Amino acid sequence: MAPKIPPKARLEHSESVTGGAAVDEHEHHPSGPLRWLLTTNHKEIGTLYLIFSLTMFLIGGVMALVIRVELFQPGLQLVRPEFFNQMTTMHGLIMVFGAVMPGFVGLANWMVPLQIGAPDMALPRLNNFSFWLLPVAFLLLLSTLLMPGGGPNFGWTFYAPLSTTYSPPSTTFFILSLHMAGISSILGAINIIATILNLRAPGMRLMDMTLFVWTWLITAFLLIAVMPVLAGVITMMLMDINFGTSFFNAAGGGDPVLFQHLFWFFGHPEVYIMILPAFGIISIIVPTFARKPLFGYASMVYATASIAILSFLVWAHHMFSVGLPLIAELFFMYTTMLIAVPTGVKVFNWITTLFRGSITFETPMLFSLAFIVLFTIGGFSGLMLAIAPADFQYHDTYFVVAHFHYVLVPGAVFSIMAAVYYWLPKWTGHYPDERIGRWHFWLSVIGVNLLFFPMHFAGLAGMPRRIPDYALQFADFNMASSIGGFLFGFSQLLFVWVVIKCVRGGETAPAKAWDGATDLEWSVPSPAPLHTFETPPDLRRVAG
Amino acid sequence: MRKTSVLAALVAGVAGFERNALANEWNMPVGVTEVSRHVYGLHMTIFWICVVIGAVVFSVMFYSLFRYRRSKGAKAANFHEHTTVEIFWTAVPLLILVAMAIPATATLRHMYDATEAELDVMVTGHQWRWHYDYIGEDVNYFSNLATPREQIDGTQAKDANYLLEVDQPLVLPVERKVRLLMTSSDVIHSWWVPDLAVKKDAIPGFVNEAWTRIDEPGIYRGQCAELCGKDHAFMPVVVHAMAQDEFDTWLAERKQEAAAAASGVDRNWTLPELMERGEQVYGSICASCHQPEGQGLPPTFPALANNQALLDDLEHHIDTVVNGVAGTPMPAFSGTLNAVDIAAVITYERNAWGNDTGDIVQPSAIQAQLSP
Repeated sequence: MAPKIPPKARLEHSESVTGGAAVDEHEHHPSGPLRWLLTTNHKEIGTLYLIFSLTMFLIGGVMALVIRVELFQPGLQLVRPEFFNQMTTMHGLIMVFGAVMPGFVGLANWMVPLQIGAPDMALPRLNNFSFWLLPVAFLLLLSTLLMPGGGPNFGWTFYAPLSTTYSPPSTTFFILSLHMAGISSILGAINIIATILNLRAPGMRLMDMTLFVWTWLITAFLLIAVMPVLAGVITMMLMDINFGTSFFNAAGGGDPVLFQHLFWFFGHPEVYIMILPAFGIISIIVPTFARKPLFGYASMVYATASIAILSFLVWAHHMFSVGLPLIAELFFMYTTMLIAVPTGVKVFNWITTLFRGSITFETPMLFSLAFIVLFTIGGFSGLMLAIAPADFQYHDTYFVVAHFHYVLVPGAVFSIMAAVYYWLPKWTGHYPDERIGRWHFWLSVIGVNLLFFPMHFAGLAGMPRRIPDYALQFADFNMASSIGGFLFGFSQLLFVWVVIKCVRGGETAPAKAWDGATDLEWSVPSPAPLHTFETPPDLRRVAG
Repeated sequence: MRKTSVLAALVAGVAGFERNALANEWNMPVGVTEVSRHVYGLHMTIFWICVVIGAVVFSVMFYSLFRYRRSKGAKAANFHEHTTVEIFWTAVPLLILVAMAIPATATLRHMYDATEAELDVMVTGHQWRWHYDYIGEDVNYFSNLATPREQIDGTQAKDANYLLEVDQPLVLPVERKVRLLMTSSDVIHSWWVPDLAVKKDAIPGFVNEAWTRIDEPGIYRGQCAELCGKDHAFMPVVVHAMAQDEFDTWLAERKQEAAAAASGVDRNWTLPELMERGEQVYGSICASCHQPEGQGLPPTFPALANNQALLDDLEHHIDTVVNGVAGTPMPAFSGTLNAVDIAAVITYERNAWGNDTGDIVQPSAIQAQLSP
């Protein structure tokens, strides 16, 4: 059921606990040049994660633009196929593991303790270690581009044996970097679970938590369940490449399809790892700007849990064309179709939250509304892909590329942007510039649709994914996509500008920056002091 | 390339769903088999279901956004749950999905029934070409991309079937159930022809099964659908479907050609003869990795020009081509090229691009290695 504590009481109570001079006594964090390296403060580490995520988003974005320039017209113009394959692979790896996941972890670092009334993450030193693994991992990954034979060129799904027997020598470094990123994710997930389960303010029951905290709790369990599977599969690759084993080498008695089963057993939950926290964010922002409580709080929690459980039962829908037995095809088709039900519940709940609200359209709300529409379009194409006989035609075409970019870009990425616009006043004490924000939003929405919508048609018309050159009937779609790609890509510079501008100054934000906001983070001052909730807010219901 | 403006194309596309003339460019092809028509039907059914649900959901959403703006003085209500409504919108999608799953299941079962085929063709994926073997007919050949390099590099105008044309298509009879057995000699490929609604992965160490029964004679084009390395974009699939009697004639001719090609094994070939044939084989089979001038793409694909280790040891060279090199992309050609082609290509490699060894490898010497 929905939170039972009247929002007002929460805010009043907490304001008296935090803020003020008492906080300053505890400011004994590292200073000087090593401050950011040694910090164990959840807010500083959250900031580091977010800066890292943004940096990777821009690097991965430049790679996407290289792809879009090459695909602007048929023929090979800018790059050779060898390099093109490295760009598609690195773009995928960087966006998934370097931009989207760390983006959500950064938001969790900042907001989970603030939303549950905890002073910090449960394991602060581990938190520092989780973060600093990432820059090392991704520097290593990027450095493979300069190695002999180039970087990974086998797609972000790195199917064996293309990624083992037939891979460039740098693959071993790719494996090491992925191991490091994986360890970072597991440690981060452990920390989030420990924090949520142990450090909630007295009186805050699980069903009182915000949806963002709930979705992250479930996401963290998914991470712990599947990251070790990824670690296992890349270790088997490592053995095949360097130690003469034949896990995935048919000539030695191995099984290339085993790779895909293992990869997608990790990979499908991974997809939901990248979208569940987005559901949480949207479930917070929509009620704030509709000034109405979230409709169906409990069903949202149950839907999230259902999606998480189903995510372990659908992995082979990525493999409909590998020649699974009929009974397996049917099983995975049915389970995949089932995912539409809890996902539909979420969309219906958001829309019913809007119904009879009192709605305003600040930038975070704009991004959230675009999320609902465009993510739903991605969901529809997902439902189409679930139909196995039709999937034989869609599989490995641009239709799939369109589908997963719709759920990941105007889905996951828009939700992160919405969250940044929403919480910037809390982080910096200033409102982000609403005018630039709106420009950023509209250019992004137009760009993202021009970029990805034509891909549906290209795929249906028969264009396979991951090709640097294509037949003439796909030319117009690709030209439109490339123009959209540049529009979307360059619009993100506005985002960088608005964030920098907001950090430097702007309209001062009060503790409760949005009038419709009800969660605990709005009870601490803006900007949030380095240490908050050192004495936890008491949320126990007082009799009478 | 058509010069239609992007906007005009988008507008035409919306109309295109209504008009068949454009449908093929904007939508999944209906295709030329019973299965492909069923698949198209499923595709359109689920598409319209999504359109209707989308129209309802987004209408409510945009109505709410418009009607309940605070700037128009909307006051927020405070309801936040309604069990009946929530059960309703959980159950209704479930029913729609069940309704959708029934025809999908029927089509899938049909697609999986490859029994009672009248012709079997083994399809083998190679980096980066397809190999077709008419099982039991002694006819097998490679199917290579036929688009000239100049068109890809843009120094020549691209023709209509750019990147979708091959030197020798897969020839199939119409109105016969043909079973396609898929495998691969190296990495995973995927054999796909949209008009047949057949897409099946070709996986090393596995033999996958698919089937088709083409209704209309014609030429149907597709591509490799699974990323298989550098030239993934350059290994198209072309199927030429013809009437049964034409097919029989074609098959008989191919059998004769195969016999003629093999008959050259016993005679002595001259250097110019071998060089001429070797250049052809090299161009269609070897050049994609080792490059047209033998310079290779180190470290994955070694150079052949001035490769002393290779030139000093003829036996090693023959062994490499015949048996391949385990643990590298170099495949064994013993099963896919005949003795004449292997002898010719080795001779060519040892005498081209400044490799002036003067070595001549006779087909008879290779034949001895192929059938010991």
